[in-house]
Amino acid sequence: MKNSPFPGFEATKSKGWLMAHKWLMLRRISQITIFALFLLGPVFGVWVVSGNLNSSLTLEILPLTDPYLLTQSLAAGHMQEATALTGGLIVVVVYFLLGGRTFCSWVCPVNLITDLAFWLRQRLGIRGASSLPRYTRYLLLVATLVLAFVTGSIAWELINPVSMFHRGVIFGTGFAWLILLAVFLFDLFVSRRGWCGHLCPVGAFYSLLGTHSMLRVRANAREKCDDCMDCYLVCPEQQVLRPVLNGRDKGIGPVIVSPNCTNCGRCIDVCSQDVFHFGLRFYNADPLGSDTNYLASHSSGV
Amino acid sequence: MPIKASKSGVPSRQAESRRRFLLDLSRSATGVTLLSLGVGLYSRQSASMPAEAIRPPGALEEAEFASACIRCGLCVRACPFDTLDLARLGDGITTGTPYFTARDVPCEMCDDVPCVQACPSGALDPELKQIDEARMGLAVLVDQENCLNFRGLRCDVCYRVCPAINQAITLKHIPNTRSGKHAKFIPTVHADACTGCGKCEYSCVLEEAAIKVLPLHLARGELGKHYRWGWKEKEAAGSSLVTPDGEHRYNLPSGKTYDFEGEGLLESSQ
Repeated sequence: MKNSPFPGFEATKSKGWLMAHKWLMLRRISQITIFALFLLGPVFGVWVVSGNLNSSLTLEILPLTDPYLLTQSLAAGHMQEATALTGGLIVVVVYFLLGGRTFCSWVCPVNLITDLAFWLRQRLGIRGASSLPRYTRYLLLVATLVLAFVTGSIAWELINPVSMFHRGVIFGTGFAWLILLAVFLFDLFVSRRGWCGHLCPVGAFYSLLGTHSMLRVRANAREKCDDCMDCYLVCPEQQVLRPVLNGRDKGIGPVIVSPNCTNCGRCIDVCSQDVFHFGLRFYNADPLGSDTNYLASHSSGV
Repeated sequence: MPIKASKSGVPSRQAESRRRFLLDLSRSATGVTLLSLGVGLYSRQSASMPAEAIRPPGALEEAEFASACIRCGLCVRACPFDTLDLARLGDGITTGTPYFTARDVPCEMCDDVPCVQACPSGALDPELKQIDEARMGLAVLVDQENCLNFRGLRCDVCYRVCPAINQAITLKHIPNTRSGKHAKFIPTVHADACTGCGKCEYSCVLEEAAIKVLPLHLARGELGKHYRWGWKEKEAAGSSLVTPDGEHRYNLPSGKTYDFEGEGLLESSQ
């Protein structure tokens, strides 16, 4: 393991700053653009999208609805109308193709806050994390559905930071910023990647949506990996990397199939050896040596 | 839970990892349960709406509404008069759900009910096509002591602004006992026509409105289920159900008769 001053140092040297931050920049552009589109209406009166991430209407024709909310509403005993169901179906299909937790890193506004907390945490050298297991989010996911069933209301929405943030900016905040501050401080001081990586039931739900999703990060060139560990340092879900990078001898293929990979592409950015690429989930069988063949025949160079 | 020791007296790796797993599981399960309890109790509390917060037209009953509304704000956007708003955290109304305050901006009762049309979830009932059938609440003349019409003046503003004038609010005449010769015109709300739009409350000229739109559960009384109106039952049955009607008899002082046409007690002509 080499000692680089920051993750991606080697990659920046070898590929240039732009290529070593390409997916990060695209991701920020995506997050901010989506926010901006929602704000275009209330601020400038240009209505491209109205509503918020819970449910929206784009160009007065395309409904999009959060399927997690629909599930909670169903658990609370309400059958939604056709518009919301259609919107939910569209979202399910999109994330089935693009990877469920792609929502987390490319759309969700809370990611901006938790990424900032993580960056600051690294900068300040804050160590020592609570050993909260990552499956806690699935317990919380189940708990939110039980809550909906027991209370007969979409109870999680009362404190859900994701919709608090998005709705807060578009419709007015109230005290919602307190919840966001809590998430920020939790991630900064209490738990490394605490909210998005351990607790958030929205992310847990989307991970289930993306269990069989098409778009995946592949370590096609993993034999080139020089164990610099930069990808581990930036990855919000480190546990998804190990099987792929170290599992070749055990017959594990080069595709990151874990549904908790958020497709953020940061590992692609910081790898000076170009081990990672975006690709499809197929061609994951790995008779020794075929990675390179696959790479040669299928890599689109992204 | 005691840790099984291997022969050397040190816990085996397997036992150690099982212990660790159980500890992690109980820790996270406890956290999740506590959080859920908090949210559950909070949801109970936030289910009680302040009386001045009125839901948009067609809103399901409050308990159902909390399961149906997905808090997207499309109804707010559809409202051409910016009447609706989404509740914010700390407002005392379920966060993210739509409401309006009649005294600030009342509902203008659009013919095409755009807010209901925009609702993707069914929290605003799509069956509501006629705005006149909306029942957002019910206007109640809560302060009969300060209402100008009750004091004998001809304010009439609530009556005049009512979109269902002469149906939802009528003026009932009663004698003005203060002046002894005038009438008071009492604004009287009729629940069969009042939509709860709040225009009366908005327009009331007092510092604090004397007429207010209240949620139906606060505004309305309810008859006991067993209660029957005697005269209706009698009409349906054709005769009294309790005791048969006898001819009414008066015990008049001797030498008097009674005239039913208005003359009253008379000296007997005999």
